[in-house]
Amino acid sequence: MAQTSSGTMEVTFPSDEQILITRTVNAPRHLVYRAWTTPELVRKWWAGRRGEMTVADMDFRVGGAWRYVMVAHGEFEVAFHGTYREIVPNERIVQTEVMEMPGEESGGEGVVNTVTFRDADGGATTVSILTDAGSKEVRDTIAQSGMEGGVREQFELIEELAASLT
Amino acid sequence: MARAATTADAFNAVAEPRRREILDALTGGERPVNELVDLLGLAQPHVSRHLRVLREVGAVEVRDEGRQRLYRLNPEALKPIHDWVAGYQHLWEERFELLEGVLEDLKDQEDKDG
Repeated sequence: MAQTSSGTMEVTFPSDEQILITRTVNAPRHLVYRAWTTPELVRKWWAGRRGEMTVADMDFRVGGAWRYVMVAHGEFEVAFHGTYREIVPNERIVQTEVMEMPGEESGGEGVVNTVTFRDADGGATTVSILTDAGSKEVRDTIAQSGMEGGVREQFELIEELAASLT
Repeated sequence: MARAATTADAFNAVAEPRRREILDALTGGERPVNELVDLLGLAQPHVSRHLRVLREVGAVEVRDEGRQRLYRLNPEALKPIHDWVAGYQHLWEERFELLEGVLEDLKDQEDKDG
């Protein structure tokens, strides 16, 4: 389906391990990229309307680590961290994302998010966020033990994420 | 046993593409197994296995009518998936709305800087 105007967000599931969010925003690519990669700007939008961001640490280079913490209105903290795997200025960012569970050792690399910025009509920018829940490790497990185990891990992750959002 | 446990919720049940096809086929109403077999182009035992998984999570219900087993959709069982998608979607919608505000400011600033 063609994306003709800003303001319409699509959520699709390209494969059993992926979630794709696509939205066109009304601003040129370099500005969208700046808003996405500058900590003081990220603080203004990343928590949505669900809380305040208290930490937006970004060592923005390949191999560098990031960590976001938000305090939700319910007065609990939600934290995410990961590393940058690939950075193509104004085009593409690939980063891992682990949700930190209180009282739990957060092992593994978590999900992999690929954010893509493309020109859209009228000087707008289409942003795609592809979440790949199958890390290599999980994917290998999937290959060896059948689909279902791996997919289950993904959905457990997603359910935890969903619980933290509400 | 471990494998059996993996199908215990709706998320897992619909993770399998053929099971989603079965659910899609049932949105139009009740169908007997042989119709599903024809529609999916799968062997009957495979279809039965998928139907069993869907029944375990309550996504489909079955009733016997004469010699036929008729399957129908129970959308209520898929609500957790709907709820999750809705929550996730809302968060990202809020983020994008706020992002647009940030971008308006950046554009104004850029215009000013010339």
